[in-house]
Amino acid sequence: MSDFSIIGKPIAMIDAAGKTTGAGKYTDDFKLPGMLIGKILHSPYPHARIKSIDTSRAKVLDGVVAVVTGEDAPNPYGILPVGHDETALAVGKVRYVGDHVACVAAINEEIAEQALELIDVDYEPLPAWFDPEQSMKAESDLIHENRPHNIEKDYHHVFGDPDKGFADADYVHEARYIANEVTHAAMEPHCTLASFELDPHTGKLGRLTVWSSTQVPYYLQHKLSLVLEMPMSQIRVIKPLVGGGFGGKSEIIPLEIIAAVAARAARAPVKITYTREEVFWAHRGRPRTIIDLKTGVKNDGRVTSVACKVIQDGGAYCSYGVVTILYSGALIGALYDIPSIRYDGFRVLTNKPACGAMRGHGTVNVRFAFESQMDEIAAKLNLDPAAVRRVNLLRPPTITVNGLRVLSYGLPECIDQVITRSAWDERKGKLPKGRGLGMACSHYVSGAANSIIRSDMPHSTVNIKIDRDGGVVVYTGASEIGQGSDTMTAQVVAEVLGCDLARVRVIAADTDLTPIDLGSYSSRVTFMAGNAALRAAQDVKKNIVSAAAKRMNCAPEDVIMRNDRVYKRGIGPSDHDPSAAEILEEKDAPRGRVDGQILRGSVLQKRKEGGSKEHMSFEEAVVSAIDFHGGLTGTGSYAPPMEARGGKHKGGGVGPSPAYSYSAQVAEVSVDEETGGVTVHKIWAAHDCGRALNPVAVEGQVIGSVWMGLGQALEEEMVWKDGLLMNPGMLEYRSPSSAESPDIECIIVESIDPEGPFGAKEAGEGSLAATIPAISNAIYHAVGVRLRESPFTPERILSALRAKKGMKRIEMTESVDPTAPTTFREHGGSLWFRGKGPMRHPLDPSRQPANGGGQ
Amino acid sequence: MKKELVSLRVNGRTYELAIEPSKLLLDVLRQDLDLTGSKRGCDDSSCGACTVQIDGIPMLSCTMLAASCEGQEITTVEGVADRGGLAALQKAYGDFGGAQCGFCTPGFMMTIKWLLANNPDPTEDEIRDALSSNLCRCTGYSQMYQAIRAALDAEQKGMKQELVEAK
Repeated sequence: MSDFSIIGKPIAMIDAAGKTTGAGKYTDDFKLPGMLIGKILHSPYPHARIKSIDTSRAKVLDGVVAVVTGEDAPNPYGILPVGHDETALAVGKVRYVGDHVACVAAINEEIAEQALELIDVDYEPLPAWFDPEQSMKAESDLIHENRPHNIEKDYHHVFGDPDKGFADADYVHEARYIANEVTHAAMEPHCTLASFELDPHTGKLGRLTVWSSTQVPYYLQHKLSLVLEMPMSQIRVIKPLVGGGFGGKSEIIPLEIIAAVAARAARAPVKITYTREEVFWAHRGRPRTIIDLKTGVKNDGRVTSVACKVIQDGGAYCSYGVVTILYSGALIGALYDIPSIRYDGFRVLTNKPACGAMRGHGTVNVRFAFESQMDEIAAKLNLDPAAVRRVNLLRPPTITVNGLRVLSYGLPECIDQVITRSAWDERKGKLPKGRGLGMACSHYVSGAANSIIRSDMPHSTVNIKIDRDGGVVVYTGASEIGQGSDTMTAQVVAEVLGCDLARVRVIAADTDLTPIDLGSYSSRVTFMAGNAALRAAQDVKKNIVSAAAKRMNCAPEDVIMRNDRVYKRGIGPSDHDPSAAEILEEKDAPRGRVDGQILRGSVLQKRKEGGSKEHMSFEEAVVSAIDFHGGLTGTGSYAPPMEARGGKHKGGGVGPSPAYSYSAQVAEVSVDEETGGVTVHKIWAAHDCGRALNPVAVEGQVIGSVWMGLGQALEEEMVWKDGLLMNPGMLEYRSPSSAESPDIECIIVESIDPEGPFGAKEAGEGSLAATIPAISNAIYHAVGVRLRESPFTPERILSALRAKKGMKRIEMTESVDPTAPTTFREHGGSLWFRGKGPMRHPLDPSRQPANGGGQ
Repeated sequence: MKKELVSLRVNGRTYELAIEPSKLLLDVLRQDLDLTGSKRGCDDSSCGACTVQIDGIPMLSCTMLAASCEGQEITTVEGVADRGGLAALQKAYGDFGGAQCGFCTPGFMMTIKWLLANNPDPTEDEIRDALSSNLCRCTGYSQMYQAIRAALDAEQKGMKQELVEAK
């Protein structure tokens, strides 16, 4: 399809130069006159009542301007309307090691840190909950009083007839899978700068401006308004460059509100930047998850029924938890044709940092279980793993048994592509000892069809202003976080207007300037903000075309805008032939200028030129249109269609999306049987993104997702001991370096979605989930051990290999069998930790030996 | 702590600064000189986002005292651009998607600049090895290798061009 002039071509991000030269500004790069530095005091206890806080010694330290505590902003908030259980600073109680207790604003960081030492907090430790299965039995010492048994939310869904499905099955497979906790660890630590203006009429604090590293500026504006009791119109949130999000910045992180509360108390701008350790505590990552999965199949591998019970170790606050547990169930559907599903999901509170949304939100750990089980079934029934997937494909357009509408479906081609590229059929089972191929598939939403705060209003709106200078300014609330949101917006607008990309300036994510957009999460930006940009551009184009039609004395349908020119149909060899533009260019140079006449207005120009024209420059067309219409603006917005908003059952609002992306992957690994070390040699990843608007960006997203999945599969794991994070650093939390990262071949599959902007769907998350099971399946095919607990560390693999060979057992995995895990391991007496830790209550359940606890 | 006067040479310019002897180079660059290109991604020299060059050697400015760099040539990402234009590496990084969120990019620039200065034709393994001092969470590194290759090709072409022009 060469019918496009801007989209579909690999182009550099429009903000790339700022990133490679260091000129681009992230939040922490800003400073304001009189700005103070904020530092936060965190809880040393996993669960404790705050008896008193005395800040008087800190307040009198020279250089300290303000000290704030929970009482200064006690209004509760949370990203979900059903989960307003957080306060910016702890009120009455702390719920995890690292919970926010007080904040000091001082003239510099050193003084602020000294002042933290002078805050006296009297705690009364309470029994704490760390294992979700234990926590669910809690009768007393609840983490939140209004959540009995520490269960944040549970859902019990039945679609189709699961019992009949299992009765009809020729074979039923059942196993427990455990996925350990991972976090985003975006390179940029969270940072917020808050500053109040003085109101000229009252002389008091007036409007608030907040610069923050956020994926969701509008939600931040909303929550600031709730906590500070200010109208939203008095709060401006600006999102500068964001150094990676992956979901970790897709909700309100305490420092974002604390900075504003401190700025209000200090009557001066306050900047707070988390240390890396604080970033780990802020967390909101992917929860530890227990998945009990049961699948019934016919002898050919056709799935008849699925029953799935999921328990998520959600941490101390709701965060996105209710949505996470729903995604885990809902997205069992929409990948394969599954006639009946039983789903029981439990989101459980524990005394650890809150888990939230992370790339592939809610789907990744269940997908690991499901795709592993598909492989186990294939092995049992002696079928090719690819064949088992192919026999279960959907036949779109369709609505799944749990109410998800699927229109475009590139999965069959994705499977074909990775099978061919990896030479699966020729090589599978014939590789040298210790080496194997594994495959898996996954999918993800292109934006949630229902917004967090339910409404029928648009999810995205885009405004465009074109002026006599010929510049196209696009105002979008969509949040660029490195994924290419701004570039996508510019490309879509330039394509519709047929103008040079360099004309388009994107003003993004500033709540004073840009129309609302829900933010960069659930892979919604290309589909939703892209569609809004497309409609805004069409809206403004209509006015340019009608004026140009008058000037060129032709019907509006015959006006072509392309390659920065506006011309009559038929003037070039063919309408969309690029050579047409070259011919036009020769006719009237210099291109891109209307000498000196733009500002003087078009009347002169018309008088000089006279008569009708056959073609004009973009500026000329713009000036004509302004002359004709008096101004040139356009607006477009997008709300998902009603048909895509899912079923009516309780919790049915999560999972539906206007379109789903699809991914199939093959991983080639080798396992060192002496050390248990896994080397991933190559991953072939085919991703159906509808249409690749910018192939470089799509490849970057797919490879980045696969790589992040690889990290979760092999090394990344948050290690807990009595609620204390044992590895809160970039070395200890082992993120793969370039030396460990394999070659990842990205194959773009274009299924051209009927509702996506130019057919595009999501590209940034869907590939992640397939990588983990692809690697675990490859490990099985390499050495014959089936790991049902991630990550697949050398300890776990070696332990499984030794058990398989009947060798003497060496304690490496805290008594948890990685091939048949029953419970989360608690890291007692590990190399990192020798019995010391946060002070514990004598009745603390994790002190009881039954829980495998430590000292 | 009492401030002392130090003289630092950064990107070919000399700056006289009054700073605490305990102040880290990264903080001096970011706070005193407003050279915010170098980033703080961690607190324990594990991520590489703060990498600068000291006399041509990549060093982590987050764990170095600024005062200890007196008399040495400090180069930050702001000093990489080629006479006000993008250096070949910077251009290629954009074209091939070497930077996504861009937060780690300044550190990578300084590491890669060192690699290419010392090894004008690195193998893939040598590139992987050199880059392993810096962490990136977005890209999976793959597109960085393509960018580095392209930059090398562009530079070689550029050199040939210069030779032709010289003749």
